[in-house]
Amino acid sequence: MGALEPILLTIITASTPLLLAAMGELITERSGVLNLGVEGMMIVGAVMGFSITAMTGNPYMGVIASMFAGMMMALLFGFLTLNLMTNQVATGLALTILGLGLSGMLGEGFIGQPGIKLPVLHIPGLSEIPFLGTVLLSQDILVYISLALVAAVYYFLFKTRAGLVVRAVGDNHSSAHALGYSVLKVRYLAVLFGGACSGLAGGYLSLVYTPQWVEGMTAGRGWIALALVVFASWRPLRLLVGAYLFGAVSVLQFHAQAAGIGLPSQFMSALPYLATIVVLVIISRNLVVTRANTPACLGRPFSPDR
Amino acid sequence: MRKLSKILATAALALGLGAGSSFADEPLKVGFVYVGPVSDHGYSYQHDLARKAVEKHFGDKVETTFIENVPGGADAERAVERLARSGHELVFSTSFGFMNPTLKVAKRFPNVKFEHATGFKRAKNMATYNGRFYEARYVMGQIAATASETGTAGYIGAFPIPEVVRGMNAFMLGAQSVDPDFKVKVIWVNSWYDPGREADAAKALVDQGVDVILQHTDSPAPLQIAQERGVLAFGQASDNIEFAPTSQASALLNDWAPYYIDRIQAVMDGTWEATDTWGGIDSGMVKLAPLRNVSDEVKAVAEETIAKFESGEFEPFTGPVYKQDGTVFLEDGVEVTDEQLLGMNFFVKGFDASLPN
Repeated sequence: MGALEPILLTIITASTPLLLAAMGELITERSGVLNLGVEGMMIVGAVMGFSITAMTGNPYMGVIASMFAGMMMALLFGFLTLNLMTNQVATGLALTILGLGLSGMLGEGFIGQPGIKLPVLHIPGLSEIPFLGTVLLSQDILVYISLALVAAVYYFLFKTRAGLVVRAVGDNHSSAHALGYSVLKVRYLAVLFGGACSGLAGGYLSLVYTPQWVEGMTAGRGWIALALVVFASWRPLRLLVGAYLFGAVSVLQFHAQAAGIGLPSQFMSALPYLATIVVLVIISRNLVVTRANTPACLGRPFSPDR
Repeated sequence: MRKLSKILATAALALGLGAGSSFADEPLKVGFVYVGPVSDHGYSYQHDLARKAVEKHFGDKVETTFIENVPGGADAERAVERLARSGHELVFSTSFGFMNPTLKVAKRFPNVKFEHATGFKRAKNMATYNGRFYEARYVMGQIAATASETGTAGYIGAFPIPEVVRGMNAFMLGAQSVDPDFKVKVIWVNSWYDPGREADAAKALVDQGVDVILQHTDSPAPLQIAQERGVLAFGQASDNIEFAPTSQASALLNDWAPYYIDRIQAVMDGTWEATDTWGGIDSGMVKLAPLRNVSDEVKAVAEETIAKFESGEFEPFTGPVYKQDGTVFLEDGVEVTDEQLLGMNFFVKGFDASLPN
């Protein structure tokens, strides 16, 4: 048990930002909007989280700021793609480039400063339980939020009327519109939710994972989150499996390397991607079900006048 | 009048009549091209510190310009050319990826002098320079082996290229000079710069029982983990003591200022030549940050070796040195050649892991 605990803690840290960002994108895509700007929203969330924490000395203010920053980026995306009906793929890519540049500018004064780490929430009595308490019940608030989010998103999508509306808008926006639902309003909310989650994921990087600000610190995690959503076939529970599998394999391959297992490091680095794709493809091998899960209107613009 | 002479100088340059240095009262224009932002707190930051030192040293006798965040390839060519075209007489092009672009521009501007860092291609008007960073890694190996209680260090590498492997080997030789059975665990993160992965690698190493962490990647994340877990670590490129106040033993520093000042002086004196400089601790190009968080015994060992390097008569890769598979790399008493160092693609004896190729 002694060796397992720290490994599990490392895995949770590695998986949480992926889970947060991907869960937001899942809702966005379920409503029929493809936002490829996750990386850009994440990095702006990271820089805002770090800078507000540095200025106020309160990491919780940083968490809120990162969420807000992600939402601002998402709002811009929503305005361009939903109101002006620009191409979603191109706009998403532009959002990523914008985010990377903007964050570099905003964060210039904060480079080379160690940050304040988001504290672990200590639950008296429970956090001392060997193993269960030290691993599961001694985490920071964002880890709990990310796990609660899985349950909440699952419940929302499949057990509530509002979730049904989101899915309807994503599957057939014309019918949803004809039924009297506001497609734009639903999509705006979904896009904003996605932005908040991506921003939060960025905040997790600069406040928990590595409490510092350096340019480009997301290092492609937004793209991994995007891929996870597709390979999880837009199902929240599979997304949980995918994010943790990815985190686990990337941490375990480091352990394998350190233990001197003689496999090429390039292969080891590719392993998290391979393992996650293989497992999720096997889970989702029933093509009929997968197709039923794919939002049919994903990426298609909607104009209420038509 | 000043303006007029500037116009004349520009006209003279445009006509290819010669360098502006003939106008004695005009400052010498020196350009710098950086691969990262000057705020990266690492590699490009160190080059920019040297540029500032140049300005301080020469005062109004020089005028410096820098272009930051330049990727390799066509962008680098444009950046170097812009400097060459705008009357800069000396251009420092500071990243390996700028090698071919700089060479191309050097051929088009025979009257401008170019200096390229870490490359191996030269021309009549293009010199190269690099630091023997492995010398500092050797000292770190001695510090690690003297200070370590578990007898094992962890080394986070970016990519298995000669520059990184050379540092690992030098570290191992340094450690073995203190403790012949010293172990080094290696993790490749396949990235120069990914704070999250670097942190994960550092955690994995500490979980496997190392009590010293080395890194050849660019973010201070491994130092933060070392601080959190209470193990010793070494900074990279800049003194990052703020990230690990009670854990950083020292840091590898690149100090380009003495070299830049020398070379600019050479241009002013008209003695500049397209040389190939590979400076070590003795030249001041490679330095170690002040030793902290280690015992006096460890300090003494390190300072003795640093003094040997400073005297310029010590080469860590001196035989007998064996490759990992047991074959002889250097016979007894034989010193390594620069070619052997530049192409180093194997581990020395003592590493457990095999080197990916």
